[in-house]
Amino acid sequence: MTAVVKGTAKTETAAPAVVPPVDDEELAAGRASRPRGKRRLGPGKPIKLGYLIGPLLLLGVWIWGSAQGWIDPRVLTAPWTVVTTAWDLWESGRLGPDLLVSARRFALGLVFGVLAGLVLALVSGLSRWGEAIVDGPVQIKRSIPNLALLPLLLLWFGIDERMKIITIALGVLIPIYIHTHNGLRSIDGRYAELAETLRLKPAAFVGRVVLPGALPGFLLGMRFAVTSSWLSLVVVEQVNATSGIGYMMLLAGTYGQTDVIIVGLVLYALLGLASDTVVRLIQRRALSWRRTLED
Amino acid sequence: MAAHPGGLTATAAVQIRDLHRSFTDDRPVLSGLDLTIEAGEFVALLGRSGSGKSTLLRALAGLDQDASGTGDILVPEQVSVVFQDSRLLPWQRVLRNVVLGLQGSGAVKRGKEALAEVGLAGRERAWPRELSGGEQQRVALARSLVREPELLLADEPFGALDALTRIKMHGLLRALYERHRPAVLLVTHDVDEAIVLADRVLVLDHGVVRHERRIDLDGTRDPSDPAFAAVRTELLAALGLAGGVEIKVEES
Repeated sequence: MTAVVKGTAKTETAAPAVVPPVDDEELAAGRASRPRGKRRLGPGKPIKLGYLIGPLLLLGVWIWGSAQGWIDPRVLTAPWTVVTTAWDLWESGRLGPDLLVSARRFALGLVFGVLAGLVLALVSGLSRWGEAIVDGPVQIKRSIPNLALLPLLLLWFGIDERMKIITIALGVLIPIYIHTHNGLRSIDGRYAELAETLRLKPAAFVGRVVLPGALPGFLLGMRFAVTSSWLSLVVVEQVNATSGIGYMMLLAGTYGQTDVIIVGLVLYALLGLASDTVVRLIQRRALSWRRTLED
Repeated sequence: MAAHPGGLTATAAVQIRDLHRSFTDDRPVLSGLDLTIEAGEFVALLGRSGSGKSTLLRALAGLDQDASGTGDILVPEQVSVVFQDSRLLPWQRVLRNVVLGLQGSGAVKRGKEALAEVGLAGRERAWPRELSGGEQQRVALARSLVREPELLLADEPFGALDALTRIKMHGLLRALYERHRPAVLLVTHDVDEAIVLADRVLVLDHGVVRHERRIDLDGTRDPSDPAFAAVRTELLAALGLAGGVEIKVEES
């Protein structure tokens, strides 16, 4: 006890007037050096065009590896060869039509799949009977891979465009249904109560409360759906087709043209990335009312 | 909505006869409650938690499908409800929230007027999350008043606000009431709030109205006024808090 008292007395005699101000300055400095407006928890501020960094890194490794000769061109064609091959294919008029055919299948499959998924999710989300009838079959379909359904679809719908678009739509429908249904069911019940007291008509309830409330879920489903649409496209174009990027790749495989296969893969990747970006942009704009960790 | 069951007259805004409500556990929440609210009358409903205040309000709002019971309820055609949370749709801008479900070309204009009335002119395009708690509750008030209700049901509308904001909201609600003159049923646990705002205060206990007090204080109702204090003491006693001094912790 006495020692402590002595100790404080000592410092006081040593620098009675200097010590406290230094403390204050340190405190002030501590406050100032703390970065302002930075959140300690959460992922931090968004990086501009950050979603491109990963793919660019991958591309960098590919270029570097090919230039150094670490990657055998017979296994994986060098990026510049892919570019020149793509150019040659385009010039010779082989790539353009195939690309168009694929894009059309993708778009049609996506549109029909999204519409079907949305309608089913609404039917199942808004009524118990709808759920009882719709939900089970969708969950069953969910556990059957598209590839396994293909032989049956071939028998039912033949080998023409219709069968391809139906196959793609069936793949798209699932994520749209699951996420929209989930988004719809997680809408706060208090809003339904409010709608009741405001005597909203069923149409207004769906338009103002249900659909906007389910939109975050729907858009998440959209991201899966877009990817799923490209995946199904690959399947249908490689199993039974006479046109499209997948057919082009299949043909190239028979002739051992690695560069053409890679062109097809790169195209799939670019198209997939581009469509996902579009969905993300829509997501950002449509959900501007939210404040989440994303912002 | 306003059926006319036998024995009820249509002169009052609200008439309730022998109302019984209970939930699954069979403990009655309302047991034979009678209540009449005159057109344009401001009634506050006090009661400890579990006394049935909210159940009564929800019965009047038609939001008690989960409860079972009997009784006659007569309410006007136009009923608006203000909840404890502002219950604004977060994905709709403020003005859209106010005019939600309204039809006709005049809706937007009326919505803007209602927002101006609650002091939020110019915030029509704001998102609900951009507003403070008090502002959100003012939007909720605008949303209920734009419908020109004959009966306004308010379930602890200021319960989630800080004390200063609450005092301002009291002034606003009273002013809006003077202008529009709906019948009001305000559920609150705040005795002072009830005395400041209402023409008549009811104390609910075990599912019946146990105490009734007409507030005939003149002019500005000042909590430091001895007459005010007397009413407060009386109401606190009715709530089971003699003098408001004794602090008793009771599980309801």
